[in-house]
Amino acid sequence: MSTDLTAGPQEEKKQGLQLMADDWSADKRVFRGVTWGKAMMWVFILGDAFIFACFILGYLAVRETTTEAWPNTAEVFTLHVGGKPIPLLLIIVMTFLLDSSSGTMALAINAAHRRERKKCAALLLATVLLGLTFVALQATEWTNLIREGLRPWHNDWGAPQFGSSFFLLTGFHGVHVTVGLLFMANIARKVARGDFDTGRRGFFTGRRGRYESVEIMGLYWHFVDLVWVFIFALFYLW
Amino acid sequence: MTQTTPDLAARPEQDPQHSGRLFFIVWAWLFGLSALSWLVAYFGISGIPRWSLITVFMIAKAVLIVAVFMRLAWERLALVFAIVAPLLALIAFISALNFESAYIHSQRSNYQGGPTSP
Repeated sequence: MSTDLTAGPQEEKKQGLQLMADDWSADKRVFRGVTWGKAMMWVFILGDAFIFACFILGYLAVRETTTEAWPNTAEVFTLHVGGKPIPLLLIIVMTFLLDSSSGTMALAINAAHRRERKKCAALLLATVLLGLTFVALQATEWTNLIREGLRPWHNDWGAPQFGSSFFLLTGFHGVHVTVGLLFMANIARKVARGDFDTGRRGFFTGRRGRYESVEIMGLYWHFVDLVWVFIFALFYLW
Repeated sequence: MTQTTPDLAARPEQDPQHSGRLFFIVWAWLFGLSALSWLVAYFGISGIPRWSLITVFMIAKAVLIVAVFMRLAWERLALVFAIVAPLLALIAFISALNFESAYIHSQRSNYQGGPTSP
């Protein structure tokens, strides 16, 4: 949105492709108005996207090429509420939770832009809590399925590749959520303590923090939600 | 000021420091699209309608998250292209191998369980 977190030089009025051609051919930094922290987070996200794409590619390849029947996810992931079976109930709840955590994160970034310290910290805390609930539900799901005999090499419902795809995709995503929560809890603490207002130095890097850290953290968190969009559609619903 | 979904073109000179209302609207859209794709599974729609509906909802959600939540809609095109072009290549790659797998599947159906080579 606004580049006021970086306060770059004033730009001449150019638009769209002309501006892009200028940036790439200027023989200097391409991503003008973007700090190194933000640019590097985008590069990291791009790399991570390639890893997840490989997993999704592998999953779709084994699913489409196996001659054994693929398990019916609507049956495997059914929860019974009052004796009534509701397909994929836990999964849609987890999706809503992660979407909501993305919503609170976006609002936290907005608050950071406005330097509203308390609101930003509270929204970050809400994001952490929503993410924790997501991880807890995923742990429940894994536990239930492992009890029902799901293994990376075998299951009772159909093609054995179902198990390996499930554990790889949801496991790698779950690790991303967990790591993100650890970092976000740290950022929330820093915001709440006013580190970004007083310019207190970080314990590890010794650098002065800025509110931009919230936005960079948000990029990662939204990416985790983005990956879930694809896992939800391509693995659970396909 | 009316808030509409921003297009993907970078508008660096514009500063939409909005009230956060846009984020609530996108949040609601994400909920709606998730619920709709879940309903596709709930009502057991199958075949081409199922896959096309789920894909449309998936891509709509992905665009909303990347454009608004990740704020790519307000970045300069130099960054937007550097991020979006490789992602589009990935989607093309996944689609290509997905089509290829139909061929592999037919080969397996034809030859697996048949006479084994010496």
